[in-house]
Amino acid sequence: MGSVSPSPAQEFDLTKLNPIYDAYKHVVNGALIPVLQAAQEAYGYLPEPVLEAIGEHLNVPISQIYGVVTFYAQFHLEPRGKHIIRTCQGTACHVRNASRILESLKNTLGVSPGGTTSDLQFTLETVACIGACSLAPVMMVDHDTHGRLKPDLVPKILDNYRN
Amino acid sequence: MSKTVTLTIDNQSVTVQAGVTIWGAARKIGINIPTLCHHFDVKPYSGCRVCVVEVQGARALAAACSFPVTDGLVVFTNSPKVREARRLVVELLLANHPHDCFTCARNQNCELQALAQSLGIKEIRFPQSKPTWPLDETSPSLVRDPNKCILCGRCVRFCSDKQTCSVYTFANRGFSSTVTPAFGKGLSEVKCTLCGQCSVICPTGAITVKDDTAKVLEAINDPDKVVVVQTAPATRVGLGEIFGNAPGSIVTGQMVTALKRIGFDRVLDTNFTADLTIMEEATEFLKRLGANKHMPMITSCSPGWINFMEMYYPDLIQHHSTCKSPQQMFGALAKTYYAQKEGLDPAKIVSVSIMPCTAKKFECRRPEMKSSGYQDVDYVLTTRELGQLIQSFGLSFNDLPSSDYDPIMGCGTGAGTIFGNTGGVMEAALRTAYEVVTKETLPALEFETIRGLGGLREAEIDLKGTKIKVAIAHGLGNARKVMDELKAGNPRGWNFIEVMACPGGCISGGGQPISHDINYRSKRIAALYTDDRNLPLRKSHDNPEVQALCKEFLGGEYGGHKSHELLHTPLKGHEH
Ligand code: SF4
Ligand code: SF4
Ligand code: SF4
Ligand code: FES
Ligand code: FES
Repeated sequence: MGSVSPSPAQEFDLTKLNPIYDAYKHVVNGALIPVLQAAQEAYGYLPEPVLEAIGEHLNVPISQIYGVVTFYAQFHLEPRGKHIIRTCQGTACHVRNASRILESLKNTLGVSPGGTTSDLQFTLETVACIGACSLAPVMMVDHDTHGRLKPDLVPKILDNYRN
Repeated sequence: MSKTVTLTIDNQSVTVQAGVTIWGAARKIGINIPTLCHHFDVKPYSGCRVCVVEVQGARALAAACSFPVTDGLVVFTNSPKVREARRLVVELLLANHPHDCFTCARNQNCELQALAQSLGIKEIRFPQSKPTWPLDETSPSLVRDPNKCILCGRCVRFCSDKQTCSVYTFANRGFSSTVTPAFGKGLSEVKCTLCGQCSVICPTGAITVKDDTAKVLEAINDPDKVVVVQTAPATRVGLGEIFGNAPGSIVTGQMVTALKRIGFDRVLDTNFTADLTIMEEATEFLKRLGANKHMPMITSCSPGWINFMEMYYPDLIQHHSTCKSPQQMFGALAKTYYAQKEGLDPAKIVSVSIMPCTAKKFECRRPEMKSSGYQDVDYVLTTRELGQLIQSFGLSFNDLPSSDYDPIMGCGTGAGTIFGNTGGVMEAALRTAYEVVTKETLPALEFETIRGLGGLREAEIDLKGTKIKVAIAHGLGNARKVMDELKAGNPRGWNFIEVMACPGGCISGGGQPISHDINYRSKRIAALYTDDRNLPLRKSHDNPEVQALCKEFLGGEYGGHKSHELLHTPLKGHEH
């Protein structure tokens, strides 16, 4: 498995944007963020051609849109996996070998933090303390917390999420 | 509106216009509050907090660059609290900044370095954190080093507000904040016109000009090559500033001497081809006016403007004059006409130009700029690069005697010289068009109505019965207004339009010396008008070398077959 980067040649159905534009056509100023949110809902993430189209439609420079999208953590420029893995790198986890958990995740998935597997099953992210220090080292998959992890447990846990 | 306001700054009373900022008021009484994100060419942004001052009664320190004065305000610009706050800001910037001053293009001309020096910073109390952004070297004209970016946003504001290209944005948050084109792309992958204005307004070495001096030196050191150099009109009123002269110093003679001392074999003048451009362009204009074809006609000597047109208004390209820029006309002639006259093998000629412009570095590499059978202009050095080259040769510039340009392509008239400022190309063209059409001598050479720094200026000129409406725009924001009017059907009925990509024209091009004088544009423009007044010839059609070229090489006419082969370019949209 390698990480995906959306190929620029990839086609996007831009007509999906039309109902979104319609919904916000009465907003004179400040339509950008709700339109971006709705577009992300429609496409799963915000690919470059979609952002270009939105910029053209709302007459907002693409640079500015990029600025907004990278400022807010809610927006994603890359496709997201079906399951989001958040592995903790906080202090308590760190002293309990969180780095080896991360290594195991990287090896199992073949992606680095921020990356998504090419089958779009998993996105790997790191966080600093998720408030479950007593279970360190900890990771979350979607809303499930997995504690007292060992590197060799990781592949098994992930398998439970595959389908 | 003449309401005034009186306040106290550092125990001195000062009266200023309402609406002025604390920073502006302080300047009036000789107090220079340091700034970084603020610049007189762009709107305040209040992001860096280097300019903080203490306002009596206020809890927090105020940003002087944007704080409007009010009656009775009491301000301290140098209290211990202020000094400590400023120092903290600069120390934090330095902690995140590479310590590259020795090898940085902005060494000794860097606002961050100067600020650290003037605040007396001797130690940085924060751990150094390593910046890791890759360089962007994709542009033919500019290099971006995001590691040296202090996030002042000047480039963001200039490129979007003045040039309406909006290339840059702030991206990301916190520690990974950066200023970048969209999607972290390289400058060559976005709609950047290469005007280079961002490299002038950047306070640090984060945006610099691509340095081509090594290639030029290699040619100079090659005994087999004949290195021919041309100097653009605006360079003669810019270069001196690098050597401490006031803005608007005319240094033509010293520049020629310096170029000869550096080892250029022939030192010639772009003013020569500026005059030739006028002959070609006035001929083209009168033809197009008569045939009412592709009107209005727009000048085409500013390559940043050509890029803008191609990127943003490709449908209107047929309005461009087909004339090449003076630089490219010069290049095409250097390896044909000049080579013949001088008995030189064109394959051995290396053609270099000294330009106020960063977009010229791209223009000379365009595929259509090879009409001599070779690349017409091999290398372009900006005025700033020439300044650096002169320094590296140990030449004491201000003590150099004056020399004249070499003959054949070294003579320029006053009309050629004013090509370097907004309105100058139009004025030069009108001087010639008037005399060609009316067959009479112009009563007054100065077309005062089209001079100045108004963003979009208009005039109606009466060529004895033929009335023509001209417009002049400088800065791409104003150019965009002109293009939008043309899209709307040219309601003001313009016939002839001059556009220069840089605000002020070439005198403040992206390759010119960086000035901290708020009036530097008007001072350089005034210098070109002075140069014009002092020259013995002031009309392009009076240039004897251009006349000789026409007679001996162009078949006795402008706009003829030979001209079209060498001096014009089939821009997209023109049928040929
Ligand atoms: S940008 Fe300024 S402070 Fe930074 S390395 Fe260059 S000269 Fe030094
Ligand atoms: S060169 Fe001009 S167009 Fe390009 S980024 Fe800089 S200011 Fe903008
Ligand atoms: S690149 Fe230069 S002008 Fe632009 S934000 Fe960075 S330091 Fe400021
Ligand atoms: S440090 Fe990992 S959960 Fe707190
Ligand atoms: S100069 Fe005033 S906040 Fe930057």
